[in-house]
Amino acid sequence: MMADRRAGVEQKDGPRELRVKPIKNGTVIDHIAGGQALNVLKILGISGTTDATVSVVMNVESGKLGKKDIVKVEDRELLEDEVNKIALIAPAASINIIRDYKVVEKHTVDLPDEIVGVVRCQNPNCISNTSEPIKSRMLVKAKNPVLLRCIFCEQPLTDRIAEYLI
Amino acid sequence: MFEKKHVLSMREFSREEIDSVLDLASFLEPYARGKKSDMLAGKILALLFFEPSTRTRMSFETAMKRLGGAVINLGPAEGSSISKGESLADTVRVIGGYADALVIRHPKEGSARLASQFSPVPVLNAGDGAGHHPTQTLLDLYTIKKEQGHIDDLSVALVGDLKYGRTVHSLAYALSLYGADITLVSPPSLRMPEAIRSDLFSKGTSVRETNDLSVVVNSVDVLYMTRIQRERFPDPQEYNKVARCYRLTPESLVNARKNLIIMHPLPRVDEISPAVDGTPHARYFQQSFYGVTVRMALLKMLIGGGA
Repeated sequence: MMADRRAGVEQKDGPRELRVKPIKNGTVIDHIAGGQALNVLKILGISGTTDATVSVVMNVESGKLGKKDIVKVEDRELLEDEVNKIALIAPAASINIIRDYKVVEKHTVDLPDEIVGVVRCQNPNCISNTSEPIKSRMLVKAKNPVLLRCIFCEQPLTDRIAEYLI
Repeated sequence: MFEKKHVLSMREFSREEIDSVLDLASFLEPYARGKKSDMLAGKILALLFFEPSTRTRMSFETAMKRLGGAVINLGPAEGSSISKGESLADTVRVIGGYADALVIRHPKEGSARLASQFSPVPVLNAGDGAGHHPTQTLLDLYTIKKEQGHIDDLSVALVGDLKYGRTVHSLAYALSLYGADITLVSPPSLRMPEAIRSDLFSKGTSVRETNDLSVVVNSVDVLYMTRIQRERFPDPQEYNKVARCYRLTPESLVNARKNLIIMHPLPRVDEISPAVDGTPHARYFQQSFYGVTVRMALLKMLIGGGA
């Protein structure tokens, strides 16, 4: 597979046919582990009711990851803080900010020290899993592999984080 | 130095903070025994117990009254606003407006921390589900210090239900701050959770595990017994497999160290024979009394102008 010089463009092998067209302005999230693109959208709060034009490519071949997913969000430059949260499930992801078809900013994701309202506690008896007027809050105790600790009940969460996305 | 606004979890205590609580408790012990005090005169403590409690609730009440303060109680939950569906957050905001501090026991883990985020006054955690019970740990440490003269480098065995017993989780963590040598004694099905064991190992604490109490009794300074709690077992057969697996009797203590003390957070069922009560090793009733002293120290620190 070859990557076009233009931002956010992937091509099929063989005929130079675009799988997804390049975007003019917005954000391209590349190098998402294969199969995690929908969870990335969930973390970013992009649901079926969004107005944004969103393209999702899943399970394309990648030298680095074997299979990777790509998400493109048009006309929206995602802020570093909101994108960093996806490191929970896509630690190798790279973020490309696109303006007029050009990559003007590129960086990798880095988990913040605290994750609010994204992952629910796995402890069914935790007060954060009730109807109290609070958001879940997880402290990031380690980044590789990810180790979270609920700020309320202090229970750790390390495996199957995707299952606990809110 | 003690500058906490709330007492929620032992994880938040440094050794220096623990020592300052124990030092003040030692100073206040004569007041716990009846010497008159008005250190907290005019102050009100609210007790919010959403679960039954005898010792903890009454010792907080005693501690406050011994210091000259007053106590208000959340009535039975079914008669209060809780049964009308009010959130805990709202409850503590309201009652925090009536009192100078709140003591909370609640069946959900993390409830005391939630309360601390909404309460306008200090919150003391008196047990949140299977989570934390920091005032119990502090009184355990005070007992060890009073009865052994020090905590550092003692050999301590934690015995019984190490899986569900919240007191042993916090105590193991606190003992690690004092370089204690810890032996965990439990049936395989009630081992201390892996997360806590690895936490202890990562702090460099010496931890041994066994299911045989008889080999441990003769080689430790402190035996901390716990009750195997029937209510934690969904399957009665599983409970019956491990119930009564440890029982201390005077005979089992004949070769114990002379300085051995036996502790228990109480209530006991049959893990300590009543015949042990008369031995020089028994300390569980003193331990229960020290709960008043330690809670007096915490109340004084939080709402009485510090140490």
